[in-house]
Parts: sequence; C-alpha cells; structure tokens
Amino acid sequence: MNEAPERAADAGAARDGFEELRLHRVTRRFHDTTALDGLTLTIRRGEFVALLGPSGCGKSTALNCVAGLLALSGGSIWLDERRIDALRPEERGFGMVFQNYALFPHMSVRRNIAFGLMMRGVARDETRRRVDAALDLVQLRAHAEKLPGQLSGGQQQRVALARAIVIDPPLILMDEPLSNLDAKLRLEMRHEIRRIHRAVHRATIYVTHDQDEALSLADRIVVLQDGRVQQIGTPEDLYARPANLAVARFMGYRNILDIGVERMNGNRASLLGGNVRLEGTAQGSIFGGRATIAVRPEEVVLGASAGNTLSGTVDQVEYCGRDYLVDVVTPVGTLYLRTDRRVSRDETVQLSILPERVLVFPPDSTRGEPSP
Amino acid sequence: MAARTAENNTSAGRTAGFDVAPLLFIPAALVVVGLFLYPFAYGLVLSLTPAKGDMLANYQRFFTDQRLWQTISTTLWIALPATLINVGASIPIAFVMRNPAWYQRALTTLLVVPVTLGTVLVAEGLLTYLGPQGWFNRLLLDLHLVAAPVRLTHNYWGVLLSLVITGFPFAFLLILSYLTGIDPSLARAAATLGARPGAQFRHIYLPLLVPGLAITFCLAFVQAFSVFPSAVLLGAPAGPTRVISIAAYQAAFEDYDYSMASAIAMIMGGVQLIIVAAVLSARGLFYRGPAIGGKA
Repeated sequence: MNEAPERAADAGAARDGFEELRLHRVTRRFHDTTALDGLTLTIRRGEFVALLGPSGCGKSTALNCVAGLLALSGGSIWLDERRIDALRPEERGFGMVFQNYALFPHMSVRRNIAFGLMMRGVARDETRRRVDAALDLVQLRAHAEKLPGQLSGGQQQRVALARAIVIDPPLILMDEPLSNLDAKLRLEMRHEIRRIHRAVHRATIYVTHDQDEALSLADRIVVLQDGRVQQIGTPEDLYARPANLAVARFMGYRNILDIGVERMNGNRASLLGGNVRLEGTAQGSIFGGRATIAVRPEEVVLGASAGNTLSGTVDQVEYCGRDYLVDVVTPVGTLYLRTDRRVSRDETVQLSILPERVLVFPPDSTRGEPSP
Repeated sequence: MAARTAENNTSAGRTAGFDVAPLLFIPAALVVVGLFLYPFAYGLVLSLTPAKGDMLANYQRFFTDQRLWQTISTTLWIALPATLINVGASIPIAFVMRNPAWYQRALTTLLVVPVTLGTVLVAEGLLTYLGPQGWFNRLLLDLHLVAAPVRLTHNYWGVLLSLVITGFPFAFLLILSYLTGIDPSLARAAATLGARPGAQFRHIYLPLLVPGLAITFCLAFVQAFSVFPSAVLLGAPAGPTRVISIAAYQAAFEDYDYSMASAIAMIMGGVQLIIVAAVLSARGLFYRGPAIGGKA
C-alpha cells in the first residue's frame, strides 16, 4: 500500500519548534456574531500561554483558529516568517488535546499514540521507540494494549496528552483538558501537565475558564471576554494589577463597590463612601465624581492597622477549613474578607486595607461590560 | 429512614414475589408467534408433506431440477451486485454529506420519495423511461452516443437498475445515520495528527462504520433477494431473471402445489440466513463499541 499521499506535509513545519508564533488581528465571525475580535498575540519558543475567560468569550474559537479547524474571518497567523492561516490542520502539525480527549475508540492506547507517527510515515522501529518514550512520560506503559474505553478519565487524559506530544509538534494546543475530571484528579493532572511541559519544553496554548489553572500553569495569561482581549500579562501582573473590572472579577477581587471620588492626586484617589473616607490607587484615568473599587478578600485585614480603617458589623461567617470567609456590613457596603481569627455574628469589628490594595476603576455603569 | 423508604420503593414491584415487567413482553411475543413463528412452522410442515413421495421429496426435486436450483444463483446474481452497489455507493456519498447542511436535508428528503413510491410504480416508470422509445434512449440517440436504442428493459439490467433505485435510498439513509453517530471530534483529532480526509476516512470512519455497514448490508440484501415485481415487470421472468420468488409463485399459483411452494420459500429463507449469518459473524472481527472519543 502506498502511504505517501496521506503523509502530512510536515516537512515544511518547523520540526525543532520556532522562535515566534504571531497572531495578528485574528478574527472569527459566525453569521452575524463576532466570536473573536482582533486577537493579536505573540508566543515565543517554549512559552506556556493560557487563554482565560468565561464560556463564550472566544477562547476555544481562538484555539481552533490556530489549529486550523476553523477558518479565519480576518487577520493572519505567522510561524516565524511563514504565514500558516491558510494551511489545513494536517499541514500545520500542531499537537492538540481535545476537551473530550477524542481518542480513537477502536484503537489500542499504543495505536492511538502511534497514529500521528503512522501518518508521517515514521519507520516501525522508531515509532515503537517514540511511543514507548511517550507512554513512559505519561506513566501508562502498563496499559499500552488496552482500548480507551477500558481506561479511567485521568488515564484517557494522559493518552490524549501522549498522542499530541509524540509527534514532537512545534506547538501544543489544549482545549480545557481538565474540565471533565473531578477536583482531586484535576489538581494531579495540572501538576502532570506542568511536569510534561518542562520535559518537552514546547510552546503551549492552554484554554481554560479556571483562573487557578491559568495562574498555576501559565507563563503568560490572555484574558478574553466577548471575543476581545482584556489583558495580557504574567500571572503576577494579572493578580496584582488587573487592567479592568472584568479581569479583576476573574482574578478573585470579590469586593466590587461603587463609591464617590473626592479628589485625585496623581494616581492616589481620595474616596468617600457612606461617611467613610478611603484612599485608593487609580487604575487608568478617573473623571467625574464616581468610581468603582475592587478589593480582594485577602487584602481586608481584621483590626486597626496601617492604611484605611473602617468599622463594621459581622453579618455572616463561613468556615473554610484553613480560614473563615466573613461578610462585614460597613458604611461603604458589604465587604468580604478572609481571616483565621474566629469572629461571631453581629460582632463589631475594625477593618483596615492598604491604599495600594484598593484598586479604583472608572465607574462600572454597565456591569459585566469591560471598561476601556 | 429515608434510605429505608428508598429501598422499599425500588423493590416495590417485587415485594409480592411477582414482577409485572415481564408481562409487557407478552403482546410482542404474541405478535411474533402469530405473525411469524406460526406461519413459518406451518410452511415448514407443509413443505414436508408433499402430495406424493416422502417427506423430503420437494427438496429433492428442487435440488435435482436445474430450472429450480438455478433460481438460487440467478437471484444471488441480481441481489448481491444490487446490494453491493447500494451499500458501496452510499458510503462515499454519506461521507461527503456527513456535516449537517441544507444539501444534506435536501437530499435526504428527496431520497424518501422512491422509498414511498413502492417497487411496482418504480418498475412501471422505468419501463417507459428506459424503454426503446423512452427519454433515456432518445437522449442517447439525439446526442449520437449510440446508433440503436440500448436495451435496458426486459433483461437483467432493468431488474438491477430498479433494485438500485428502490434500494439505494434505504441503504443511504441507514448509513448516513450511522455515520453522523460517529463523534466528529475524532476526525478533527486525526486531522491535527496529520491525517488527510482520505486517511481520516480509512482509519477512523470506516472501521467505526463496520457494524453499521454489516446491518445495512443484511437488510438491503434480504430486501433485494426477495425481488419479485421488478423481476416480472422489468426483467425476463422466463429466463435470465427467473428469480427464486418467481419459482415459488409459479409452484403455488400455476401448479397449485402449495407444498412445493413452501419448500421453495424455506430454501429461500435458508439462503438468506446463510448470507446474513456470514456477514454478521464477519462483523465480530471488528471493533463494535461506542463511536465516541472519551468522556462525553
């Protein structure tokens, strides 16, 4: 049988990775809705980039555009100096891990993993050696001859990873790979993906709606909402300095309150809420007398110490094992805070927040819509 | 307390020592016995009680009279190619049409028409359409593609064509439904691994389609093997298309030998059974699980 015609044209794809994958204003429309609106992003060799956002934000669309499974409505994709957005998926040679794993149900684990090598016409001995190495990498050597249906969800996930990695792709794409696993297994596999990424050191685009996954895995995170990029930055950047309220919400800023602005002094804002004065740090330009502040529960400290202080009444206490999640009604509004000190309902408490940790954004007139 | 109530609920149907669920099986069993098993047994007994000779006299006569035993090969010679054409043509067309689109809906709607028309109407239509004065031959003559009308009626080709026209939609619709049941993300995964559409078909779709193809082949074959109206109307029932059902009809209604007719019907059933059993056991060599790629 002549296998040559079905061999992917991977000779053209950069086998040893690439320096840069550039997405330039990548846009995808479905009928009259724009699922992805002008995504511009550069991914460097070996980098782990997470696309983060709520469902329907365009992150999977972006991934499928890079994989070649969806045609672009606009923009271009470049692998170093080669434009690749018109290539078919089989000509791009990227490894992809699907949300439902998409393992071939009629093939053994070994044949699933060998599939990409078979399509490339790799010799039998080399195929065997590379598949064995991939099986060892995901610790599934003992299950090589089983059918996917005989494996647990976590094992199927590992097969999907091994199948994508064994072809030694310049770029690995993962579409919510952990979303079908239970909480414990998800943590384990997260660890595993980190280990495997360190071992193969290939550029990876990882789509997720879980900020913990993105924070713990990625070198850089792209936050998407309504098809548009909200912020691109390192996990530390996004966590400490969200660019807007949409990102702040996603990064765990649970306290989001409307407040009056008395005076601006550089980026230091003097705020007035109820009858309480607060100092905050402006993120972008604040005009007019109103603003929205975002504070993480961990940044609200029980007891009067440095920075802003205010008093309030405890409304609810949730025990979380390591600490308590407490709702405190203050003149500014209800504040959520985390503390390891035991407090009781209706207790009056003093709170303090550092001015640097009170992020002041332009007023959130249309809740949920990102402010420019 | 709650657990005990739940337990009582689940075993409620059995607490009296009698489960009513099997009773629901009775109507279906009655239908099968009354409409299938009884006539079958009746026919079998009838075939074993010929007017003269011993029990197996009818069967002996069938397998010694060339005009009779040859009907098996005549019928197979029509039914097997027709089935292979119907199933074989359905696979690529269904593959191209596997993604929902307006043309998929349009074609499936269009194909229901010959199914509903019935074999007699199709045979009558073909008789004029394919006849020496029909549109088909007129077209060929006007285009100077042929010098004399092509003979497509009252011979083997007429019967084969009518079996394709009535059998293809049936095979196509069945195969399309099997094909669309295969998780499309499998083909996408194969594509990212370097499989072109042809390789995706060979390595992913075809192996997962085998069980469906076997069933479709069996159903299409049984339908084609019992061909009667088109063999009479479009074929040459005295010679090349003297199929086994014609032999049974002649025994019953021309010779009034119901015993012989029953014996021919039994042999017809036996041949079908052998082919169906062979196809279904070959299916066992292939993967037969769900056609999805992991946790749904």
